[in-house]
Amino acid sequence: MNNETERCGRKMTKIINEKTVLSTPFTEEDIRSLHTGDVIYITGDIATGRDDVHIRVVKEGMELPVDIHGKALMHAGPIVRSTEENGFEVVAIGPTTSMRMEKLEYDFIKEAGVRLIIGKGGMGEHTAEACREFGAVHCVLPAGNAVVTALCTEEITGVEWLDLGMPEALWSIRVKDLGPLIVTIDTSGKNLFEEKKLKIADQKEKQIEEICKRFESVLLQ
Amino acid sequence: MTLNEQVEKMTDIMASFIGYTAIHLPDDVVSKLRELRDAEDDPAAKSIYDMMFENMRLASELGRPSCQDTGLVQFRIDCGSRFPLLEQLQAILVTAVRQATEKTPLRPNAVETFDEINTGDNIGTGAPSISWNIIPAWNGCAISTYLAGGGCSLPGHAAVLMPGEGYEGVVRFVLDRIAEYGQNACPPLLVGVGIANSVDTAAQLSKKALFRSVGSRNPNEKAAKMEQLLEDGINAIGVGPQGMGGKFSVLGVHIENAVRHTATLGVGVSFSCWTHRRGDIVFDKDLSFTTSTHPGFTYEQ
Ligand code: SF4
Repeated sequence: MNNETERCGRKMTKIINEKTVLSTPFTEEDIRSLHTGDVIYITGDIATGRDDVHIRVVKEGMELPVDIHGKALMHAGPIVRSTEENGFEVVAIGPTTSMRMEKLEYDFIKEAGVRLIIGKGGMGEHTAEACREFGAVHCVLPAGNAVVTALCTEEITGVEWLDLGMPEALWSIRVKDLGPLIVTIDTSGKNLFEEKKLKIADQKEKQIEEICKRFESVLLQ
Repeated sequence: MTLNEQVEKMTDIMASFIGYTAIHLPDDVVSKLRELRDAEDDPAAKSIYDMMFENMRLASELGRPSCQDTGLVQFRIDCGSRFPLLEQLQAILVTAVRQATEKTPLRPNAVETFDEINTGDNIGTGAPSISWNIIPAWNGCAISTYLAGGGCSLPGHAAVLMPGEGYEGVVRFVLDRIAEYGQNACPPLLVGVGIANSVDTAAQLSKKALFRSVGSRNPNEKAAKMEQLLEDGINAIGVGPQGMGGKFSVLGVHIENAVRHTATLGVGVSFSCWTHRRGDIVFDKDLSFTTSTHPGFTYEQ
């Protein structure tokens, strides 16, 4: 392993310890050069936003109180505790089910200018459309790994809309080498989860048939 | 010990235990995950398992909840009719959840419906949820805890089928849910299936099934066979860890069954994620306890 930082073709992309690390703000070029299946890490500023943040921005037309143009949005509701210095500290953080935000994500990406969405599970056609049109990607961070992920956070730089409760609030967080992020929707609109889902649906029919066939003989015993 | 002291002690033990289960997965789940990791061939899936084990290690080392969604707390209780704190138990568990929320800390997830306000302490109308069973003439109390995360509660479903749809209808009901939502619920999943007469009984049994130890089998031979067939079939679908593909989709499939009405076939399915935070603790009348799921748990006053 080498610790040296090596510039590669993209503007804000570095290879550190064999990891591809992108820093915020991401350029459109950075993001458009990513493809589904790529594994990346990010360093810089992210904001958390899930159901209620999306509802406020898209449905209620409220202005996003922080500027996340060119940055990352994480579908996440962290556990946060207050520190003695009147600040906050991330105890545990990880992605939540992205699909819940699917209906509002096109407008959110358009409105907020965010370039990288982090979540868990897949997203659908609205998000893929926005990724194509505005140059954004959706990535999956393996979920349930809240301590590994919390150790990638450096500082909570702000919180807005805390009236929504701890999980739904808009937390601004500085992260270092947050990942692994697996690109699941790229800027061509290619959607890894949808592809996988089709294979699963196909397999499902075969397996239903197989299980029922074998169970029939059990019932006859 | 006075009654008050006893109440305080049991509250304290339960608060610590709930916090402990948010940090440490039960032994049966850890060994199942190890088994799946070791048998996995897909390198990407293997590296996701590795990350899970790294997370478990760090969670234990730093004493932090292994997943940020510490869920809503659910209890199943088998309480002896002669357990000295039977009357106080409900209040003990409510206070224990509040304490665990503050001390661990757990994420406040309880939102009062219609008021749409997060209560801030995981307590609210019907929360924590407690399912009671009174055991006549016993002086002990067995409590099972479960932290029900949002992501894996989401795909839960129940319906009443026509008896003519038969076991094929049940199989389709379960596999449809997995194919549609399984990828997003943090697989490998533990799948609980309830088969009974109506939606409520089937749904309750499906959740009860999640409280069984991973890999245990239904005492009815045919039901046990169905568990195995479902397990093999769902694994063959290849959901894999995080839904990105792999040899395994489930930690296991547990079926709990009861009678059905001659004209109905109720079926329910509940899911739990790989971070399956279940705990079993058994008290005797003097509040000495044993924990089969978490032998490492100790309590100091
Ligand atoms: S489904 Fe389970 S592991 Fe995944 S985020 Fe929710 S609680 Fe955590």
